[in-house]
Amino acid sequence: MAPKLGTLMFPGESIDDLKTDKNGKTILGPGLRRTYAAIHIIKAGILQFKEPNEYWIESPEKRYIATKGDSVIGIVTQRTGDAFRIDIGASEQASLSYMAFEGATKKNRPDVKVGDIIYARLQVANKDMEPELVCMDSTGRSNGYGVIRDGGFMIKCPLHHIRRILRPNCPLLKTLGDMMPYETAVGINGRIWVKGRSTIETITIANIISDSEHCSDSDMKTFVKSRVHALSGLH
Amino acid sequence: MGVNFQRLDGRGTYDYRKITITFGIDRGCCHVQIGDTRVMAQVSCEVTTPKQTRPNEGLLYVNAELSPMAAPHFEAGRPSQQGVELGRCLERCLKESRCIDTESLCIMSGMKVWAIRVDVHVLNHDGNLIDACSMAAITALTHFRRPDVTVSGEEVTILSVEDQDPIALGVHHMPICVSFAFFHQGKYLLVDPNEMEERVMDGKMVIGMNKHRELVTLQLTGSMLLHKDQVLRCTQIASTKVQEMTKLIEEALKNDVHERATGGQFGSASSQDPSHVTSHVTTEKTMEEVDTEALRELARETVLKGRETDRESPGMTRAPDITLLGKQTGRIGEGGLSSWDVEDIEESEEDDVEMIADTNVKVVRETSHISKCLGIDSSEDSEEDVTETLAAHHLGVHESSRGASGDTTIDLTTALNQQKRPAPGRERGKVKR
Repeated sequence: MAPKLGTLMFPGESIDDLKTDKNGKTILGPGLRRTYAAIHIIKAGILQFKEPNEYWIESPEKRYIATKGDSVIGIVTQRTGDAFRIDIGASEQASLSYMAFEGATKKNRPDVKVGDIIYARLQVANKDMEPELVCMDSTGRSNGYGVIRDGGFMIKCPLHHIRRILRPNCPLLKTLGDMMPYETAVGINGRIWVKGRSTIETITIANIISDSEHCSDSDMKTFVKSRVHALSGLH
Repeated sequence: MGVNFQRLDGRGTYDYRKITITFGIDRGCCHVQIGDTRVMAQVSCEVTTPKQTRPNEGLLYVNAELSPMAAPHFEAGRPSQQGVELGRCLERCLKESRCIDTESLCIMSGMKVWAIRVDVHVLNHDGNLIDACSMAAITALTHFRRPDVTVSGEEVTILSVEDQDPIALGVHHMPICVSFAFFHQGKYLLVDPNEMEERVMDGKMVIGMNKHRELVTLQLTGSMLLHKDQVLRCTQIASTKVQEMTKLIEEALKNDVHERATGGQFGSASSQDPSHVTSHVTTEKTMEEVDTEALRELARETVLKGRETDRESPGMTRAPDITLLGKQTGRIGEGGLSSWDVEDIEESEEDDVEMIADTNVKVVRETSHISKCLGIDSSEDSEEDVTETLAAHHLGVHESSRGASGDTTIDLTTALNQQKRPAPGRERGKVKR
């Protein structure tokens, strides 16, 4: 029997008849484990599938586990000899070298203070080492990474909500952008930075983002509209 | 930078978030929610020997637990500074206020007493843990029933719940903590700070009080000094808050007693919203075998019957079947296939009509027939021109056809869609990924 995609699964259940790629391989993501006989669910959540052969369990999460290549938002907590210490919400703080910024040289140090918010990419992430961040892409350009300045507001969201927001077909940020202009940076470590035209707009956007967790994609437009209309009633 | 005097969740200065109190299936289990902060308290009891100094008094232990489940920065094992503060505050609030009658917990003087233990677990941390924990702890203590005992000579028998109804603890009064967060060296204060507000506050004052306005605890933390008047003002606020919360607790307890007596729903599971667990579950459509032949037969019969009734009453007009759309559900400019169809008007009169328009009412509703207007659009130069001419033309048709039969449906979706141009500068929502 083919596994029921998009349904709630519990630990101890097993699934079989998984789809494979050309080489007969299947990729098991978080929440799934193979024993001799079958593939078992090891955490409660919703079974998801991505073509051609990836399966995983999606469940509400709050703790971020650093993964290479993730774009994250961190807070500078310390300045040391040649690197910054950044809190990215993982079990360990990440380090960010002074040289990992666009145009940085030994003489020309980046202007980063303790308490700044940084949008960066994880260059090194494995379970035995301290994660390392960089603020540039492979060509040495900043490409949007770096210190986030000029106010705005950073909120925390559960990780599953962030992953949903970052999905290409998620209507939330698009609908919000149609209603009011704003800037945002979404870190997959459960942090979103937003900035609207005014303080009250920024708060509204932040609240809409965090409240939309249980809103389905089809209801999203109505939800966002009603909240923005409620705001315009305030003025 | 200007100060906007706005709390993030839109609350006023003295507003609490929504407080929910629920109980477990077992006695002495209480679950308190203040906004997104959740705590659970469980009371248990055992028989021990009393302290040498107080041979005829029972014991009360209070234990607070901050697990990593509540917030990622809490660590299991040794209690953090926040954990110690929370535990100490609860102990002062419950133990040192002597709100539980410990003398009634004595079974045999100097030999055996009941030890009551309250375990408070923080399930989710969104600020103001002390208030939530103190509420949960005192409510759980009030809710708890200990088994009855009989003493004959030296022998103590603990009676099971089936043999003898368990006994409630003697609760003299219900002390509850109220927290105040201070900003700008005590210039501004907030009641019930959430996690983000707690992060940026200068200091915090916790006032423990019961509904008789008796002060039980007063604790000031943070690097800040307060004026005497400020403290007095806070006690005033605390007293009104404690009154409200006590009323809430009493109501919850009364409700629980009623539900247990009548066999209704109780326990914290019934208070959970299951849709939050399954909000992203996509339920698969179950396939059922359908006899299409029978359905076709049914459809044919219905149509035939409909034709007969139409023939029977030629002069009658059908009652208008108006569907009211809910607030903000107008579907203007939703895109998709256009149902703007001039030629189909005559045909659609025979179709099942969903909505009828008065001449002075704008109609917003899609009809089911397939459009042919794409061809018309491309033949014209300007989209806006098409819209206007079509609208005028269509309304003319509509009026005349209404005169003829009374029933018709038009759709202005396309027209409005075309008129609605995206305003310049609206799509500035920039997304960094």
